[in-house]
Amino acid sequence: MNLRERLASGSFAVTAEISPPRGAGLESITTVTGPLRDRVDAVNVTDNQGANVRLASWAGSLAVQAAGLAPVMQMTCRDRNRIALQSDLLGACALGIRNILVMTGDHPKFGDHPGAKPVFDLDSVQLLWTLRTMRDEGVLLSGRSLDPAPDCFLGAVENPFAPPASFRAERLGKKIAAGAQFVQTQFVFDIPAFTRWMAQVRDLGLHEQCYILPGVGAVRSLRALEFMRDKVPGVQVPDDVFRRLKAVPADQVAAEGTRLAAETVQQVRDISGVAGVHLLVAGNERVVPAILEGAGIGVGRDGR
Amino acid sequence: MVSVGFSVATKRQTPFKRRLLADNTESAPRPVRPRLGARTAYRLQRMLAPNAGYRWLSSRIEGSAVAVRLFTAGERTTKGTLFGCRMCGQCALPATGYVCPMGCPKELRNGPCGGVGADGSCEVYPELRCVWVDAYERAASQGRAADLRLLHRPADHRRLGQSSWLNYWQGRDEALWADGSAGPRVRP
Repeated sequence: MNLRERLASGSFAVTAEISPPRGAGLESITTVTGPLRDRVDAVNVTDNQGANVRLASWAGSLAVQAAGLAPVMQMTCRDRNRIALQSDLLGACALGIRNILVMTGDHPKFGDHPGAKPVFDLDSVQLLWTLRTMRDEGVLLSGRSLDPAPDCFLGAVENPFAPPASFRAERLGKKIAAGAQFVQTQFVFDIPAFTRWMAQVRDLGLHEQCYILPGVGAVRSLRALEFMRDKVPGVQVPDDVFRRLKAVPADQVAAEGTRLAAETVQQVRDISGVAGVHLLVAGNERVVPAILEGAGIGVGRDGR
Repeated sequence: MVSVGFSVATKRQTPFKRRLLADNTESAPRPVRPRLGARTAYRLQRMLAPNAGYRWLSSRIEGSAVAVRLFTAGERTTKGTLFGCRMCGQCALPATGYVCPMGCPKELRNGPCGGVGADGSCEVYPELRCVWVDAYERAASQGRAADLRLLHRPADHRRLGQSSWLNYWQGRDEALWADGSAGPRVRP
């Protein structure tokens, strides 16, 4: 059962995120996808996340496929103009990569090449709109026809916690109008705020037009949590999460972080309109079995 | 310090003349807060709506290269001063609460990115406010929040530096935004 079928069947979907290596080898992909086998429906492959150079997401996606799992190829608008983005989608679909996740992308200022030219020729809404038209109408942004048209399952991202709060659900609505079929969110630490956003999403009927997968991550250390709060754009960590992790001995923080992640998965699963969960575990994939077991989610996903 | 922009830190010290001739198009995009209230901006929108008079005027202007240059310079100065205009030539202001989206460091024309700070600050320039936070508040304050649901088509980079007013009055700006049922393609 692939990701699209899993979501369409109404059973709870699980995706997880990995980052490709900084180097010209694919061995690490096999290592990091090991703990995900049988446990996730698809594996996100990041596109130079944080504006740091990594192996291309299409190549990482092919390696995920070769490892026997289904990739979600992430595409940002930061590094490529509309010509390259459309070309990359055609290449990916021709190679059997079906799940595409579109996002604006972090600004180069935050990465390892802060002097790079920020491209942002299209924004995420325009890219979704373009890809949907390529698939459904078989035409490029230029109007020229495609043969054959690409077959893809289009995803978007959203940050339910960033201002303007009352516009965030409507922004998802724009992405759905543009072509998004599923959405993965930023880290959910603040359950009440996520619940409020989901209420707005349901009021607009968006949960019936798009599968919603909240992002859940496992905290490894207090330092990592501080980094996430202070350095990763758009992540908000409530004080009670800090208090909870500070209350345990230093060598227990990672285990407590995993427990917190499992509890978060259970809590978001109970919210009406949530179709699955997206585990933000890049670099920490080994905790996936523990999170899912803690949340009572069994094995047996073939991830194809 | 030479300032040609509207950085919050320097605007008070910048001589009026230099501000008047400000040109935002020579530097990387950064958020600018409009100097014109939302209510006034929407009133001006009604005054500047295309009609036979503006069509006649704009076609007369387009008949002379010198007139186009002068008119475009006037637009650059006016909108640069009021909105930090970057002369994309396809003005989005009427649909964005009269906050210029091209001042967003990612030049997003369809709403804020996910990196907006909890206090509404820009991800790239934390000392400045996200243009979309301002845009939403200003549009909502005038009952125009629904404008922000429109899908803006990709910008045409051939229009950089052109007069958006002439394009608007000549009817060349009609396809800038749509609802999702239409396609993303702008005229070739």
